[in-house]
Amino acid sequence: MGHQSIVEHIPAMRRYARSLTGDVWAADDLVQDTLERACSRWRLWLAGTDLRAWLFTVMHNLFISDVRRQRRAPSYLAVDLEDVVHELQAPPHAADLHIDLQRCLLRLPADQRFVLLLVTLEDMPYAEVAKVTGVPIGTVMSRLSRARDRMRELMNQPNKVQTDGAQTPHATKATAQLRRLK
Amino acid sequence: MTHPNESEPVEVALDASLRELHRDVLAEPVPPSLRDAALRLEKVQRDAANNRHWGGIAASLVLSVGVGWFSHGFMLEHGNAGRQAKVSVEREFVRQASFAHDVYLPEKRHPVEVTAAEHEHLVLWLSKRLGKPLQIPKLNAQGFELVGGRLLPGETGARAQFMFQDAQGRRLTLYMGALEAAPAHMGSQSAQFRFEPGGAVPSFYWVEGGFGYALSGLVDKATLMALASNVYSQIH
Repeated sequence: MGHQSIVEHIPAMRRYARSLTGDVWAADDLVQDTLERACSRWRLWLAGTDLRAWLFTVMHNLFISDVRRQRRAPSYLAVDLEDVVHELQAPPHAADLHIDLQRCLLRLPADQRFVLLLVTLEDMPYAEVAKVTGVPIGTVMSRLSRARDRMRELMNQPNKVQTDGAQTPHATKATAQLRRLK
Repeated sequence: MTHPNESEPVEVALDASLRELHRDVLAEPVPPSLRDAALRLEKVQRDAANNRHWGGIAASLVLSVGVGWFSHGFMLEHGNAGRQAKVSVEREFVRQASFAHDVYLPEKRHPVEVTAAEHEHLVLWLSKRLGKPLQIPKLNAQGFELVGGRLLPGETGARAQFMFQDAQGRRLTLYMGALEAAPAHMGSQSAQFRFEPGGAVPSFYWVEGGFGYALSGLVDKATLMALASNVYSQIH
């Protein structure tokens, strides 16, 4: 068994965590906690799974248990989009799309968000997603399909709203919508 | 409702835009705190992989120190049930040692309660609280100086933790205390010297005469074992 670098996995873990939480600080905290937890549970990795899948599983379980204990809940429900805007370094129109995407993602049920992000961001095979999220592969596929349907619905909504309001800055409107979620 | 012909391009477009989400993070340098945590994990992982090679090294130490040390396994003379109970008590002990190490390791201002400057007081105080005359080993020749010590609560009573630090700021802790209801035969010569790579930090530990010792630190295993063997020969 060759030596596998953990450090190499960090950028992908950070991106996934950021997409999951919509919050740059909460995301890095989640990755940090994941690495710490992994230190004390390395035996579970030795049991023979792929390193990336194992790291994502640890992160997944940590996120879920923290949300249950309401520790990470505020950061992922009450995302302030103006904060997210600073994190986006793409050209303006792409940034708009990213804000929309992030906002819609946060409105997905967490179970659907996990699956959609693992499949798209990580290009993870369904079988691996099933292992990471601890559900049967059929559930992965139905969640993925529901996630995509819901994303399409959500992505279409703000456009309709925006045609009513003249040139209101996009972020303000989106923030207002998100805040109502709390 | 969904038209299969239409849904596919939309799906592709959605996935493609998701793949662009936070893509800039991938190019960002890894923050130092995350890198450190990852390197720690890599080390734990590497040690685990190397674990197999340690049987042989431990065996050669048995000869050099002249005590029956075992890196794995236990004395066969114990009954199975008694052995299980003993194992769980010892594992709990080393787990607490590792946990205590992890808690005080990052302390900048209060790593210890009593510093090495008050060496005599430190020894008397902790000997009294642990009910046994303690000796603090000297590890200066190995580059580790005594920082001091502290009293801690343990599962089976008072525990003492001594901290050492080298010039690079690496810290070791020696954790000790009585284990509950030490069976009579534990007073025999057969100390069992074992490595525990899991937990917050790796530790070498042994129990002698019902009293447990654990040396913990994020140094490489060979160094930790050499240090542990040195500590052992100084205090027994």
